[in-house]
Amino acid sequence: MDIFLQQFINGLTLGCVYAVVALGYTMVYGIVQLINFAHGEVVMIGAMVAFSVIVALAGSGVPPLAIVILGVLAAVPACMAVGYTVERVAYRPLRHAPRLAPLITAIGVSIILQHVALLIWGRNYISFPQIIPTATYHFGASETSATITNIQIAIITLSIAMMVGLVTLIYKTRMGIAMRAVSQRPDVAGLMGISANGVISFTFVIGAALGAIAGVMIGSYYGIAHYQMGFLLGLKAFCAAVLGGIGNLAGAVLGGILIGLIEAFGAGYMGDLTNVCTLNKFLPGFAAMCEANNNMSVFGSSYKDVFAFVVLILVLVFRPQGLLGERVSDRA
Amino acid sequence: MTSYLPENLRKHPAAIWAGFALVAIALAALPFVLSMAGLAWVRITNLAILFILLSLGLNIVVGFAGLLDLGYIAFYAVGAYVYALLASPHFGIHLPFWVILPIGAAVACLFGVMLGAPTLKLRGDYLAIVTLGFGEIVRIFLNNLSEPINITNGPKGISRIDSISLWGMDFGATTRFGNFAIDGLIKYYYLLLFILVIVIVINIRLQNSRIGRAWEAIREDELAARSMGINTIKLKLLAFAMGASFGGIAGGIFSSIQGFISPESFTLTESVMILAMVVLGGMGNIWGVIVGALLLSFVPEFLRYAVTPAQQFLFGRQIIEAEVLRMLLFGLAMVVMMLYRPAGLLPSAVRKREFAKASS
Repeated sequence: MDIFLQQFINGLTLGCVYAVVALGYTMVYGIVQLINFAHGEVVMIGAMVAFSVIVALAGSGVPPLAIVILGVLAAVPACMAVGYTVERVAYRPLRHAPRLAPLITAIGVSIILQHVALLIWGRNYISFPQIIPTATYHFGASETSATITNIQIAIITLSIAMMVGLVTLIYKTRMGIAMRAVSQRPDVAGLMGISANGVISFTFVIGAALGAIAGVMIGSYYGIAHYQMGFLLGLKAFCAAVLGGIGNLAGAVLGGILIGLIEAFGAGYMGDLTNVCTLNKFLPGFAAMCEANNNMSVFGSSYKDVFAFVVLILVLVFRPQGLLGERVSDRA
Repeated sequence: MTSYLPENLRKHPAAIWAGFALVAIALAALPFVLSMAGLAWVRITNLAILFILLSLGLNIVVGFAGLLDLGYIAFYAVGAYVYALLASPHFGIHLPFWVILPIGAAVACLFGVMLGAPTLKLRGDYLAIVTLGFGEIVRIFLNNLSEPINITNGPKGISRIDSISLWGMDFGATTRFGNFAIDGLIKYYYLLLFILVIVIVINIRLQNSRIGRAWEAIREDELAARSMGINTIKLKLLAFAMGASFGGIAGGIFSSIQGFISPESFTLTESVMILAMVVLGGMGNIWGVIVGALLLSFVPEFLRYAVTPAQQFLFGRQIIEAEVLRMLLFGLAMVVMMLYRPAGLLPSAVRKREFAKASS
């Protein structure tokens, strides 16, 4: 039970990060029907900028919490600028081109951002400075009970705060009304006096800001950052957005948390479930192999990166609109 | 062949044959000229031809049928691993090249169908993501299928793969005629050239066949194509399968030239490179794709030889690695081409019309 609870907490933490990144995908998709391939790279740049600021200030006597906040405050505008530039340069000119075109520029932009980051921060893994000491809290009295760290608590709380903020923005403000209008019918929204281009830029910028914070969160959670860290994270978050129903905010959150949990439980239990030595009770014949080595898992935790894609393929085959999505017409 | 040539040339068959003969002589002499500059250039040329083969395969999927496949390298990997497993000491199996080649193509084809069958109902951008995920899945499996039974030897890869041997001639060794030596790489060059010519002919015939025109119809307007009686699912699947088989064949040859493969050679970066070649040259145009593949294979190599010394000379140290510059070039090629010349350097007539219509 302790292991179960532990995996649940780890999965939830990771899921919250996926959810925040997935929100960026889903917002952009909802408004321009474009998969912003470069979103994962924006997350990576957020982590890298925050890293640089935190390292620069680490020894300066500023309180640790203030340093982290300053790091986030530097990462957010940097990512907003990247998000805006990418939209302006690579996507806007192609808004009415065939679908393939913006998709290809998106991949190109993603490659360019990755390698610019490589030029700035180098190709090695850089360790994220842990300037706030990790505190661990136990759920039970015993030493083996499940634990939660202050970083995990911070990630979960911050993610929920951002989700609430985003929902407020979209459903309670004038800008939110404009965003929903543009996502339904850009041309008619234009007739109502809404600057569609402005709203689309705004959406990219908000998505990038969320991505920046997600980058800082994942960087401090894993304790490392790398110029390619955004790629897999972005893909998984995209899977999450599709699982929940792309274009649907609640769906992105649900999908993100589900993917996080699936990954954590998958990594935790897959090895035992596919161990041929356990199967030996039902399917005899592996006994000789098991005598030499008791750990004969067919699929170990090294396959954890596969789960998100398998979920994606299953969702697309059986329920393409996602868990919470409405049936979307084929606008290809 | 003549119908693909310009109008004024078509009237002079003698000129055409003379042209063909000149190109053939130039291509035959090329490796000897290159080997004067160093055998490394022959190797680079061989890899460039492999990239042309791959680009032509991807062109069937992306260019002809209009399906964006971002995991194309997976089929290359499958072909390479099939060859490596069936012709190396890893399992102790040493089958001849012409037995493995069809097996590799068939297995890659099977993977293509496996990927295509559940996903082809999807819209273009979803397909892109699923294929991307598929490429990653294949790589993760190659990396981990060393336990509990060692199939792929994991990240360490498979080494000492047999070189191709045909009619008693080993392509891995140097052949000598008296004082005149022909290096293995040069023999591979001719083999690759031979396969390339066959693949080009197949592609040209395919493009102008019933199937090719059906693909084009699907790409332009799937609904209209279906109402014209085209079985769109079957034909899209066929595009996937054919593209995958070409990838598998190229992979097998790659495996035997290199003599060593590991999952590292089959990352998303390679998929993106091949896509960039297709996009740069012009999706759907065979000659365009060849030009794109040649440019993106050779320009980075020239950069490698020019940029590092130039930086040493100007700044006294290396600021940008050639490898990084190469990737930046691929990224830029994709963005700039899509923005300013979406139909490619040598656009196919239909593609040109399509993009012009869309932007007006």
